[in-house]
Amino acid sequence: MKIRTFAAAAAIAALAVTATGCSGGTTNSGSTGGSGTTLTYWASNQGTSLENDKEVLTPELKKFQDETGIKVNLEVIGWNDLQTRIQTAVTSGQAPDVLNIGNTWAASLQSTGAFMPFDSAAFTAIGGKDKFVKTAMDTGGVPGQDPTSVPLYGLAYGLYYNKAMFKDAGLTPPTTWEEMVTDAKKLTTGSVHGMTLAAGSYTENSHFAFINAAQNGAEFFDASGKPTFTSDGVVNGIARYLDLMQTDKVVDPGNAQYDNGTKAINDFANGKAAMVLSQNNANSSIASQGMKDNQFGVVAFPAPAGGKDIATMVAGINMSIFKNTKNKDAALKFVKFMTSKDTQNTLDKSFAALPVLAGVTPTFTTDSALAKTFEDIYANKSKPLPLVSAEDQFESTVGKAMNQMFATVASGGTVSKADIKAALTTAQQAVEAAG
Amino acid sequence: MSATTTTRKSGAADKAARGGKRKTRKAGWWLPYALLAPAVVFELVIHVIPMATGIWMSFLKLTKMYISNWGNAPVTGLKNYQIALDFNSAIGAGLLKSFLITAAFTILVVGISWGLGMAAAVALQKSFFGRGFFRTLFLIPYALPMYAGVIAWKFMLQKDNGAINHFFFDNLGLPGARPFWLIGDNAFWAVVIVAIWRLWPFAFLMLMAGLQSIPNDVYEASAVDGAKPLRQWSSITLPMLRPVNMVLLLVMFLWTFNDFNTPFVLFGGSQPPAGDLISFHIYNASFLTWNFGSGAAMSVLLLLFLLIVSGIYLLFMNRRKDRA
Repeated sequence: MKIRTFAAAAAIAALAVTATGCSGGTTNSGSTGGSGTTLTYWASNQGTSLENDKEVLTPELKKFQDETGIKVNLEVIGWNDLQTRIQTAVTSGQAPDVLNIGNTWAASLQSTGAFMPFDSAAFTAIGGKDKFVKTAMDTGGVPGQDPTSVPLYGLAYGLYYNKAMFKDAGLTPPTTWEEMVTDAKKLTTGSVHGMTLAAGSYTENSHFAFINAAQNGAEFFDASGKPTFTSDGVVNGIARYLDLMQTDKVVDPGNAQYDNGTKAINDFANGKAAMVLSQNNANSSIASQGMKDNQFGVVAFPAPAGGKDIATMVAGINMSIFKNTKNKDAALKFVKFMTSKDTQNTLDKSFAALPVLAGVTPTFTTDSALAKTFEDIYANKSKPLPLVSAEDQFESTVGKAMNQMFATVASGGTVSKADIKAALTTAQQAVEAAG
Repeated sequence: MSATTTTRKSGAADKAARGGKRKTRKAGWWLPYALLAPAVVFELVIHVIPMATGIWMSFLKLTKMYISNWGNAPVTGLKNYQIALDFNSAIGAGLLKSFLITAAFTILVVGISWGLGMAAAVALQKSFFGRGFFRTLFLIPYALPMYAGVIAWKFMLQKDNGAINHFFFDNLGLPGARPFWLIGDNAFWAVVIVAIWRLWPFAFLMLMAGLQSIPNDVYEASAVDGAKPLRQWSSITLPMLRPVNMVLLLVMFLWTFNDFNTPFVLFGGSQPPAGDLISFHIYNASFLTWNFGSGAAMSVLLLLFLLIVSGIYLLFMNRRKDRA
């Protein structure tokens, strides 16, 4: 009884304790940078499953060990848990030496002060700042400060479409939002829907809130880093995206329960939907469902007529080193290895990622047209998410508010622009209170 | 008992020793302290320190700028509490709404679980063939690991391929569209049903144990006087179970009001507003925005509320017992 009463008060402390218990002790003693050192590495889920990630990474880590004598303990963490695990690690100091982060979190995590800034010496140790593509490197942290992360995989959103369905309906891939909706309506028949969205995933939802708002020329943060969630451009952008399910009815209401992108991709690959919005790493998931590379095409996510031609945020994965690592030299060697040309070639192929190294040909697909489409989107139609410390709070509060909007629509309710604005006001207040 | 006596004696001996010449203490004077020490240490580590930490955190501006070094977090005094209790702001309004939902949830879950547990315990009071089987059957939800049980419910409550909708709409052929259970307003009923399923075997177990202590002669005597089962229940069973019920209801109330696992496993990362139970709400409030000071303040408020309710309840029940 007593335990229960106090459980609430102790919840956070207890959570910290349990989560740390899971992650295990990671502090290492011994010489830094030489053989015999062991690094702990948290990898994000890039492949078709956590197991798949392990299979892909293990040979590379073995190669690293053969070269340097440094052993790497790998743990792959799913996207639903990664942010919480990082928070716990920051709070408790029980952290891995090296880890992957979503590049959109870079500025937020930088502000915790728990990550090692890459100063010029550190950059020299990993092969120089200039080896990275500038678009990717810009996501490393707050502008004007030493970044706390370096790019590892580049990703961009694209609109995947089913070639056969488009051909049968006599359609060509859309170039504007309006065309996309018209096409999707035509393709919605019976149990097949024009589009599928991961409408229950807060990260996906927040990304599309950002992209749709950006197409309207709206920003989520002003120049001083204050949230501006409730501007008309933002509200209209979210309404446009929401209406795919609400008024256009080209999205199955059941998608409101899709809490990760893979579920939507599976629907697409299994012919239940004609289009899906996904990052370019979808290729491996699509293939695992039995859809051939020549059965789908990709175009840039279209903006409405007269809108800004922005099709994606600069998505991707960055690598960070925890500041309190006892193996700084070894950690830098590992980052150098992971961002070297050879390793990148292998991993980009397995994880279907865009190159983050300057002057490298993409290896994620053998289809040169597809590679070109994504390269064009990444280089010319992208906009980085706000590089402010509250960025992760934007993702979680706005993304989760959108989960609820989709849930309301799916269960028969309506969400008006006033409702959207009210929800965004709530989100903004939560962000301000924590600021 | 003997340990306490020894303590007292040795305490007295100590005083005497200090007053006069320095004498050697009695052999083994430390034993009671040594025996108590582990309990005290664990009490501190498990209860007191986390609780004190939580209360201390609630006065800090513990946002992500400071969590890697708690010592630097500035003290904000009561600001976290002001925000949590300002019901005109989004955060306060959210907390209040979550509190009201949790209150409704608790009343339903505790009431129905107790009713089911009582009915089952009374039904299985008299021995008959197969009683052991039913007892075991009823206890299964309690014996199942929490996570496994709730995950099974999560699968059953899916809209398109869940067993519940399959049963109602495919097997029974109910008309209309399949409802969502885990998002939208139905989420409240989903979490209520799952929580009852979890909790009622506990009520059943406690009441069954309580019923064993009621002597059979009382029932026999009342039957001779012509009392029907309902009268026997209200005039014998219920009053004789009073001590059990008193503790049982309090424990069930506290467990249910604090329930974190059920909504966490059932809804995953984002809980629907209709199933926004308070522990989960506080967890989200802390982790969504990394505002751990604010989360701690809400936890302290919850703790105070539960302490006050439990205190009043016990005071009230004990008074009535004294009068009776």
